[in-house]
Amino acid sequence: MIKDVVCTFCGNACDDIEFEGDYGRNLCPVGEAKFARKERIKTPMINGKEVSYDEAIEKAAEILKSSKRPLLYGWSSTVNEAIRLGVIIAEKLGGIYDQCSSVCHAPTTLAMIEQGIVGGTLGQAKNRADVVVFWGCNPVEAHPRHPTRYSVMARGFLTRGRSDRRVIVVDVRKTPTAYLATDFYMIKPNSDFAIFTALRSIVNGHEEAVPDRVGGLKKEELIELAKTLESAKYGLVFFGLGVTHTRGHERNVEAVIKLVQDLNKKTRYILQPMRGHFNVVGSGEVPAWEVGFEYAIDFSRGYARFSPGEFTAVEALIRGDCDAAMIVASDPVAHFPKKAVERLKKIPVIQIDPHPNLTTKIADVVIPTAIVGIEAEGTIYRMDGVPLRVKKIKDTNYPTDVEIMEKLLEKIVR
Amino acid sequence: MTSILIKNGIVVDPEQNINGEKMDIYIKDGKIVDECKADKVIDANGMTVVAGGIDIHAHIAGPKVNAGRAMRPEDMKHVRMKSGKFRCAMGGVLLTCPSIGYEYARMGYTTAIEPATPTLYAIHTHEELDSIPIIDKAALPLFGNWHLTFKFAAEKDVEKMKSFVAWAIERAKGYGIKVVNPGGVEAWMYGKNVHSLNECIPGFEATPAEVLTTLMKASIELNLPHKVHVHCNNLGVPGSAETTAETIELAKKIGEYCLHITHIQFNSYTGDTWKNMGSGAEELAKLINDNPVTVDMGQVIFGHTTTMTADGPFEFALFKLAKSKWINKDVEIETGGGIVPITYRAKSAVNAVQWATGLEFGLLVDPDKIVISTDFPNGGPFTSYPYIITLLMSKKFREKEIEEKGVNNYIEKATSLLSIETERTFYDIVKMTRTTPARILGLKNKGNLKVGADADVAIYPFNCNDMPDYERILKALENPAYTIKDGEIVVKDGEIVSENWGKTFWVKAKEQSEVIEEELESVFKYYTVSRGNYGVREEWIRRAEAIRV
Amino acid sequence: MIEVVVITGRTTDQGMTIDEKLSEAYMKAVSFCEMNEKDMEKLGVKDGDRVLIKNELGEVVLYVKKPEMDLQPPEGIVFIPMGPYANRIVGILNGSGTPQYKGVKATVEKTDRAVLSVEEIIME
Repeated sequence: MIKDVVCTFCGNACDDIEFEGDYGRNLCPVGEAKFARKERIKTPMINGKEVSYDEAIEKAAEILKSSKRPLLYGWSSTVNEAIRLGVIIAEKLGGIYDQCSSVCHAPTTLAMIEQGIVGGTLGQAKNRADVVVFWGCNPVEAHPRHPTRYSVMARGFLTRGRSDRRVIVVDVRKTPTAYLATDFYMIKPNSDFAIFTALRSIVNGHEEAVPDRVGGLKKEELIELAKTLESAKYGLVFFGLGVTHTRGHERNVEAVIKLVQDLNKKTRYILQPMRGHFNVVGSGEVPAWEVGFEYAIDFSRGYARFSPGEFTAVEALIRGDCDAAMIVASDPVAHFPKKAVERLKKIPVIQIDPHPNLTTKIADVVIPTAIVGIEAEGTIYRMDGVPLRVKKIKDTNYPTDVEIMEKLLEKIVR
Repeated sequence: MTSILIKNGIVVDPEQNINGEKMDIYIKDGKIVDECKADKVIDANGMTVVAGGIDIHAHIAGPKVNAGRAMRPEDMKHVRMKSGKFRCAMGGVLLTCPSIGYEYARMGYTTAIEPATPTLYAIHTHEELDSIPIIDKAALPLFGNWHLTFKFAAEKDVEKMKSFVAWAIERAKGYGIKVVNPGGVEAWMYGKNVHSLNECIPGFEATPAEVLTTLMKASIELNLPHKVHVHCNNLGVPGSAETTAETIELAKKIGEYCLHITHIQFNSYTGDTWKNMGSGAEELAKLINDNPVTVDMGQVIFGHTTTMTADGPFEFALFKLAKSKWINKDVEIETGGGIVPITYRAKSAVNAVQWATGLEFGLLVDPDKIVISTDFPNGGPFTSYPYIITLLMSKKFREKEIEEKGVNNYIEKATSLLSIETERTFYDIVKMTRTTPARILGLKNKGNLKVGADADVAIYPFNCNDMPDYERILKALENPAYTIKDGEIVVKDGEIVSENWGKTFWVKAKEQSEVIEEELESVFKYYTVSRGNYGVREEWIRRAEAIRV
Repeated sequence: MIEVVVITGRTTDQGMTIDEKLSEAYMKAVSFCEMNEKDMEKLGVKDGDRVLIKNELGEVVLYVKKPEMDLQPPEGIVFIPMGPYANRIVGILNGSGTPQYKGVKATVEKTDRAVLSVEEIIME
């Protein structure tokens, strides 16, 4: 039996998985699917034709080197060791490095640049939090073991289980997570900023400034919610893409950060974004220590420049700035807006990934690799930044992302 | 590997009582050797040759450093070097990993210690240390707010504490014991702080004094090369000088050397409000000189910076004071941390006192007991060490700086700086940047130029027997003629010419974890990672070097 | 035709099929929308029928799915699992770098047009 295996699906990065052959104990349904056998990209390909790894890497290097401003995008489902090499490749090429945050929690980074962030590890949810808020997130479907392992039912040092916690769920629709709630508040879409602001007014003693209804909630409901928040000995607000993907984006996150700052003047509170992929945190941390920024980084002048909205993948593609792209451990064709996908279809695309996906369909060069956390080891960061070493539990003939990146870098600086 | 002869240099090595003697130094296979056939000869005629500098306390790697970078793109956007033969180097006060390695080397520094890593995040810290080129490094794991520390301190169980320390240092691949505001960070989980060494830590029967005492005893019995490295309680507030004096008393009771008080400047204020705060440096310097403790300066540099510390409640207080942005991180049941940007202004009475207090320590404490530091980035950039050295070496320069920067004249009343005539000799400076930190860290092959020592050498373009004026000293210190790391010339005339990768030191103490097996098992119930996934393996580190004790 | 606000998001099925995007299971997981019973009545559609959702960003044909238990969205809100179908009609750019994938206005009408396959959707 292999113990302490780290699940490489979501930002929970549960590290208590035990493998007995193909059966993994403690996996959630999504984790089970992750570890299940499935179709792979069989060999490297150039324009759909099977080629050797050397040929594919040579071709990839050629595309990247002849490009004026290649986009190197993805990274959230690979290990830090590969990401680091990817950042260096982008630097040496004078290209753009961007990662999946730019279409998910980048507004959280922007808000953090404005306000900082009052955070903690998931252990704080388990050990101390007696009020747990899920705002615009749906862990039951997106982070299935979050409630039992960390936040709602977890047995900790001070909070010993579900009965020691008050659970608040706020969303624009009733999700399965709402079934876990002590109190569920249904709000109107695009009203997060207004509601956070109203709650801040109440917490800061300016109740009279709050109108009768805000974002679908009655003033009495807002007051009740504010009182619940204040009643915590140690409160924790988890928030998801319901906050970052709606109108207001980073302003919404700023507002909730400020609410949590205010609450800390009365009691203790922390905030935690529900990060999606198991290493989307690493794909921001690594470039930050290598070149100073988390995403939207351009190297065309020989040094790093950070400009969201300019060097973020979607805008850079739509504007037509990038004349080639290398996609690593991600599937932008499935997840980018239509116009950005149209640009990707026009330029040479290199894909590095274990599984065929929609990006494979449009890629000129496809390089299949070992699956991180199953066939390849390395370092990843959980949603709260806690580093974990993912394991290799199965042998494979596929090279790892790190090996491919090493060869590519060698060809590029040659 | 090439062999090098450094010919006719003027050598300063306090470890060998060499003070400005014209000597030849031979280097082979990364070590200082007696004599050898040299592939390369460096003509060091008229130049001063010293060991590579050692920074005993600089936040250079780990989650908190990186969170600071991410929060401050306005600081990171500064370009120090474009990408080319070497990596692009970014950062103003905060620096990227490549910048850190390059900037240390460019000042003739070759070793730096990351002084505060949560063991839970040690993998991250080592990833960043591994991305810093050139210099040797090590990390100190945090012990001062760990629930197990409180438990063994409450039980005054030195045996178990020893076992715990050995276990945790091994897991962190760390170098020693760091304590930050013992008990205060745990109190912060309840929105509080601890305010004296003898008050009970919330939820535990232990006091900060017991935590420190038990850890100091454990560090002695484990024979750790570097003893307890403390950020005292009550840091950064008027009245902190008293707590620092009490902390020194604790070490005195133990009777042998076991305590390094870090960034002492930040913990040396008298008074009871910001209005009447003053420097306690004079009194404390006497205590330090008379007792078995060492310190580093924690000098403040006027300008903006980003404070970052495991002292969560301090950063919250600073956030309220500075009304700035604020990062906080509560870490499981072992520690916490915070980050707040600030600006030290010469015209501010408080900041001026901080500036003067650091210099007082640098001028009043025996150079065998004090190390130059800014507590990077808390006091300011480490790249200002040449500036700090020059201030310590020249009263004229101090006077000029006070005049030109318009340092608030409250320092006349609140500090003794203006009445200090001392000018540090270069011999003193070499102690404060090489000999003393190497001794405090127990790094025998560092900080000196003995045969067998690591070939980490700095050659400065001035003659220390015929000291030039302060302007030229400053310029020379900022632009070493050569920095040699592991026997390789990495810097010439202040510019990077080659890049290599330094070692990461860690201490392998004799482990007896079975003594605390039961406690470890029970504490991991409150962790969100499995015990099997907690910590760092040696093979994950680029160039780990274990020091066995 | 009715006016709605579209929201998108992860679902368990979408998560379980994310590494098999060229499979039927993935298409099944991402090619539908959920709406309130009253909105279904207004449009005259039932579970399994098709609707055309349109706005200035584009249009997409999706199956209508009646939500399980009491998890139906409030009136006027349509939920689509994140993926290539949803991305035809969400992703407003506002300069911050992150497209608006949620809270996007659109119209919904009943249609006889076919639901495209995943490949057809991206190659169209």
